[in-house]
Amino acid sequence: MTTATVSTHDDHHDHGHPSGIKRWLFTTNHKDIGTMYMIFALIMFLVGGMMIMGVRAELFQPGMQLMKPEFFNQLIGVHALIMIFAALMPVATGMANWLIPMMIGAPDMALPRLNNWSFWLLPPAATLLVMPFILALFGVGTGAVATGWTLYAPLSVQGGMGVDFAIFSIHLLGISSILASINVVVTILNMRAPGMTMMKMPLFVWAWLITAFLLIATIPVLAGAVTMLLTDRHFDTHFFDAAGGGDPILFQHLFWFFGHPEVYILLLPIWGFMPHILSAFARKPIYGHKAQVYSFWAIGIMSVIVWAHHFFTVGMPIPALLYFMYSTMAISLPLAVLFFCWIATIWRGSMTFETPMLFALGFVILFGIGGLTGLVLADVAADAQYHHSYFVVAHFHYTLFAGGIMGAMAGVYFWLPKFTGHMYDEKLGKTHFWLTAISFNLTFIPQFFLGLAGMPRRIPDYALQFTEFNMISSLGAFALGLSQLLFVYIIIKCARGGEKASDRVWEGAKGLEFTLPSPPPYHSFTTQPVVK
Amino acid sequence: MNGEELRQANKRLALKLGAGAVVALAFGFALVPLYNVLCEATGLNGKTNAERARPAAVKVDKSRWVTVQFTGTVMPGLSWAFYPKVASMRVHPGEITRVSYYAKNPTNQTIVGQAVPSITPGQAAQHFVKLDCFCFKQQALEPGAEKEMGLTFIISPELSKEVGTVTLSYAFFPAVKGS
Repeated sequence: MTTATVSTHDDHHDHGHPSGIKRWLFTTNHKDIGTMYMIFALIMFLVGGMMIMGVRAELFQPGMQLMKPEFFNQLIGVHALIMIFAALMPVATGMANWLIPMMIGAPDMALPRLNNWSFWLLPPAATLLVMPFILALFGVGTGAVATGWTLYAPLSVQGGMGVDFAIFSIHLLGISSILASINVVVTILNMRAPGMTMMKMPLFVWAWLITAFLLIATIPVLAGAVTMLLTDRHFDTHFFDAAGGGDPILFQHLFWFFGHPEVYILLLPIWGFMPHILSAFARKPIYGHKAQVYSFWAIGIMSVIVWAHHFFTVGMPIPALLYFMYSTMAISLPLAVLFFCWIATIWRGSMTFETPMLFALGFVILFGIGGLTGLVLADVAADAQYHHSYFVVAHFHYTLFAGGIMGAMAGVYFWLPKFTGHMYDEKLGKTHFWLTAISFNLTFIPQFFLGLAGMPRRIPDYALQFTEFNMISSLGAFALGLSQLLFVYIIIKCARGGEKASDRVWEGAKGLEFTLPSPPPYHSFTTQPVVK
Repeated sequence: MNGEELRQANKRLALKLGAGAVVALAFGFALVPLYNVLCEATGLNGKTNAERARPAAVKVDKSRWVTVQFTGTVMPGLSWAFYPKVASMRVHPGEITRVSYYAKNPTNQTIVGQAVPSITPGQAAQHFVKLDCFCFKQQALEPGAEKEMGLTFIISPELSKEVGTVTLSYAFFPAVKGS
């Protein structure tokens, strides 16, 4: 390293640091790492988005136009894996890196070198996931994993080498998330400013603490499941192979034991953003801070005991079906508490509608639709009809695009002026919101009706009567995809310059991060603030 | 806490959390035997007894009928013809019944296969007692050979009255080396 001044770890003065590529490769600074996480997430968001544009283009009309069914299957599976593991999770981790030390009054994350590692495992993992596409262009292998993101056995046991690439990619992504989670927990438990008791912690920090615990508990189960898959494929074990006494249904249990908490891993950090944003633009204190903390805990704990509602139709005894139905529906209670707190926070507030507020309000409404349609799917009797239909696709995009991505965008717009020191272009931001919200609904509302009418998901061709709604959905998807280029432009423009942001950024903003200058110094708090 | 103390505390907590992740990994693998035990106890996945059951003196319940349906599937990698001789029949619980499946090897090489049974609904699995079954051992077929393979079973009278139809499905796999 070309560090000019040698510093000890206890030295919190803003010392010289390497510049150029070495700054990013060797950085142990939470802000640099957070920035890299978010840039990586944005790039992968566009990559995953491009893949689904191909899918929607194929579905624009019935019949096979653009691609072979095998390639279609590869696109949908890799789209999901990228969006979940390489876009949503990294943006949440990036925001955690930036915000947690600033919010709890710490100079940096607790384990800075581990932090560097957790980020730099991601690019190789993403490369592994996408590489089979490129290899197939040169005639090597049959392309990427074509099983859908759930990798269900026995299909994944029989699949081509794309499955192996996906397995190793998941191993790396898993190690990365576990390392990041360990870092988050240690930072939150050990590095808080004097006087900041657990209950005084900001809700984003609380949400991430529970996310991190969930990751540490469930990612290893996924790692174990895909390792069993790997040994089934190459080393003659029979975990999921009925011929050798195994059971393919076991894979579904293992997968969803991870997969359902994963849904909340994706959403909890976003729920953590909401009270900050809503209270700032309603100019009112957060309603129900404690209630929200307890709801986070309740949802986190319940998320690991409801997994089998993802495969009600696989054949289960009635008591098991009833248990999973009732426990799933019970999760809507703590979630309803969160919704109530969000609405009570803005109730009779002096609201203004800047871009982050628009995204936050859009999140509350659209995520609400996602939650309510989830209740429909949780009903065993109804699920027999809707399972594996486009209704499911529309449902989880309302939760994961409107709930996940639009919520993340609310957070990015809210804290971007703090990170860069410049205000983003408000007019363009609002345009971005309206384009996103309208084209999102245009894409996914028709899919609810397609699903109700019986169109199955993961199918490259469909019956003629579904044509019109698929065309509307595809047009919406193209608009949605193009609108995100505006988002990229706004971020680049904001990073390069613009109106100077004040320390407080927003009139109603509260929290330790808004006591720092915009942009904050390289080491956030050289002396820890005292919280009263 | 001063800097060095904090660093030690951070390290200790990080190691503990890392150990937690290792325990979670072990738990993931422990779920495999746990799942098998649970399935055996409840018939959750429709697995029937894998070995010859002792013919017990059970009373035939002439007062009710149970419809038994038979299906046969040949799994990828096994180029056999395989199907039940009778697709569906009605039996009394407790009655000893014998049926047979037909299999033919149309290829020009000897192939060994193994049938894996499954019962639907799962709750009937424990009450479907096989006295003799071709699935108890591997079956070899010479080139061009055909075979009628027998299955003797009793539906236990303890089968819940709610179950009127039981489906027995056989999936024939290429035999696995060394099993």
